[in-house]
Amino acid sequence: MVLVAAPVFNVQLLLDGLFIGATFALAAYGLALVWGVMNVKNLAQGDFVIMGGYIAWWLGTQGIHPLWGLPIAIVVMFAFGWGIYVTIIRRVIDKDLFTSLLATFGLAIVIAQLLNLMFGPEVQTAESDFAIRQILGVVTVAEIKVLAFVLCGILALAVVIFMKKSRMGQAIRATAQDPRAARVMGIDTDKVYAFTFSLNAAICGAAGALISMIWVIQPFYGISYSIRSFVIVTAAGFGNLPGVIMAGLGLGVMENYSGFVLGAEFQQATVVGLLLLVLIWRQIQQRKLRQVVS
Amino acid sequence: MKARLTTAVMASAVALGVALATPASAKVEGDTIILGSAISFTGKYSTNGIHAKNGYELGVKKINEAGGVTVGGKKYKLKVQYYDDESTPLRTAQLLERLVNQDGVKYFLGPYSSATTKAAAPIIEKYKVPMVEAEGASRSLFNKGYKYLFAVLSTSEQYLASAIALAAEIAEKNGKKASDVKVAMAFENDPFSLDVRAGVLEDMKKYGMKAVIDDKMPRDLNDISATLTKVKALKPDLLVLSGHSKGAATAARQIKELQIDTPMIAMTHCEAAKITSKFGEATNDILCPTQWAETLSYKDDLFGTAADYDKLFKATYEGYKNVPYQSAQATAAVQVWADAFERANSFDVEKVRDAIAATDMQTFYGGIKFSEAGNNIAKPMVLRQIQNGAYNVVAPSKWASHPVNWPRKAPSN
Repeated sequence: MVLVAAPVFNVQLLLDGLFIGATFALAAYGLALVWGVMNVKNLAQGDFVIMGGYIAWWLGTQGIHPLWGLPIAIVVMFAFGWGIYVTIIRRVIDKDLFTSLLATFGLAIVIAQLLNLMFGPEVQTAESDFAIRQILGVVTVAEIKVLAFVLCGILALAVVIFMKKSRMGQAIRATAQDPRAARVMGIDTDKVYAFTFSLNAAICGAAGALISMIWVIQPFYGISYSIRSFVIVTAAGFGNLPGVIMAGLGLGVMENYSGFVLGAEFQQATVVGLLLLVLIWRQIQQRKLRQVVS
Repeated sequence: MKARLTTAVMASAVALGVALATPASAKVEGDTIILGSAISFTGKYSTNGIHAKNGYELGVKKINEAGGVTVGGKKYKLKVQYYDDESTPLRTAQLLERLVNQDGVKYFLGPYSSATTKAAAPIIEKYKVPMVEAEGASRSLFNKGYKYLFAVLSTSEQYLASAIALAAEIAEKNGKKASDVKVAMAFENDPFSLDVRAGVLEDMKKYGMKAVIDDKMPRDLNDISATLTKVKALKPDLLVLSGHSKGAATAARQIKELQIDTPMIAMTHCEAAKITSKFGEATNDILCPTQWAETLSYKDDLFGTAADYDKLFKATYEGYKNVPYQSAQATAAVQVWADAFERANSFDVEKVRDAIAATDMQTFYGGIKFSEAGNNIAKPMVLRQIQNGAYNVVAPSKWASHPVNWPRKAPSN
């Protein structure tokens, strides 16, 4: 095998996988947040990501460096998330599972089509104009990818500190544990929900802005990010940030390896296959704990 | 009142009956020959559908200005009757039925895209009315034994085959054997790209070349760095890619990022993806196939050279910086009709069909001669190379305006 004969290519695959996996983890963490706190499974997750990407890219075409697009995407997407919460999510949050799935699925379609109408179906990429370095002879590392990786780390850290230390973060965690008790304690759960959903949109926006700089974006690519986020959250479980990060990075690396070994046609199939294995594993694990109630 | 209504209904019924009973004469009205086309003015193919319509119209205009078409010693003008198929194949089929049954049209120009042409072909065969199409390249259109479908453009399996021939030529020039050439392939998993792949495989077999990579990209794959890393590891002599505009954009971006140094890279849809303006110098020396280029030395008596056509088209239609090949080939389809009518010297559908089948002409768009299956075998796909941001024809050598740059300069910072 080539990978054994020339181990240096492992470095390339590993690095590319980790760099992109970091953005997957970011988007997945947002999903875990909304899922855990509000019990809403947001099928528009990937489309929020792509929207953030288009914000950074569009600013790039206006002569603003796409890196500045990152904070702007965060702010714009936060506001957008708030608007979506007030108009749509608030109405479906206490309905059954299918209502919220359908609502967010519809939202995903609308966002993708709007982006298509506004920016056209072409593939876009935000040029960051950073250098591409060569290490170990053949391994290339784009500086923007390293920077994006670091930014992902900083953002994740910021979210963790926010959840631990701030009043709002504590309120979110309290609501996640028991919304009724939280209400009794005087927490405005509606506001907590609105904030959680907006925070998720902002995180997605950040991930999207980074993706537009290190990869390419297109109005209809959202679904693949939604799927990845679901795979990661299902594998890691919500409320488990280290798990989400590990699963995200692992997924990125996995995709690159399967693309290399099995061919590009199996790159995403591997992801879904992996999800299946995780679910089977969980099933077996939980069977041991299950007791017959008679 | 009621009686008058009944009379009116009866009168219109009679009129309708007359109209339906005499479709055969409606194909030629007075001194005008009517060609029919259901083509996309709205929907996802609308941009190219309108390019094609402009091509048809320019062909009609120019032929009419030059005196029209002579049949049986009498001059006739051409006219096209259009319907908008809304970019949906089902609608194309319905509208063709309507053109045949209600409008009595017997001579057809094609729709835009392989998908809509695929829907049109069975209707054309059912009514035994010939269609000269210019915008459906799928090879599946020409292996079903259709008798009334003719295409002036090169079919999809020819798109990158010329790159294989060029790689063989270069290998031999360098004292190597053509069969030593190692090829890496990455194609999107969709009918068009797989057609392109089939053509590449066929030509590789001819030269005895080996594929070291044969990846198929899923439709929404936005990362081919794993495939490209494989390219770095296995060092092929030629990398061929096809995946519409998004495949070209993704590939160009990651070829730059991973600094792929394969000496020869060929991909489809370079222009559509605007890779030169997006990725600059890194795209230099990439090879891109095209149906037609205004720099080619093809010519005919009506339009002059390809460059003359280019000039005329830009003067006729506003807002074109480059003349799309979709327009050029549409014009050529109209020329085929005019030529066939004159040679058949008749409006009999079968005679005209046979005349089309026997077409052997030179146009500004290239040679046109149909195989038994109806595809054009006289015009090669030409290969252009991005040289300092400009697209220059480098192969086949007969039409080349510039020598090919080989090996390709790898992108660096």
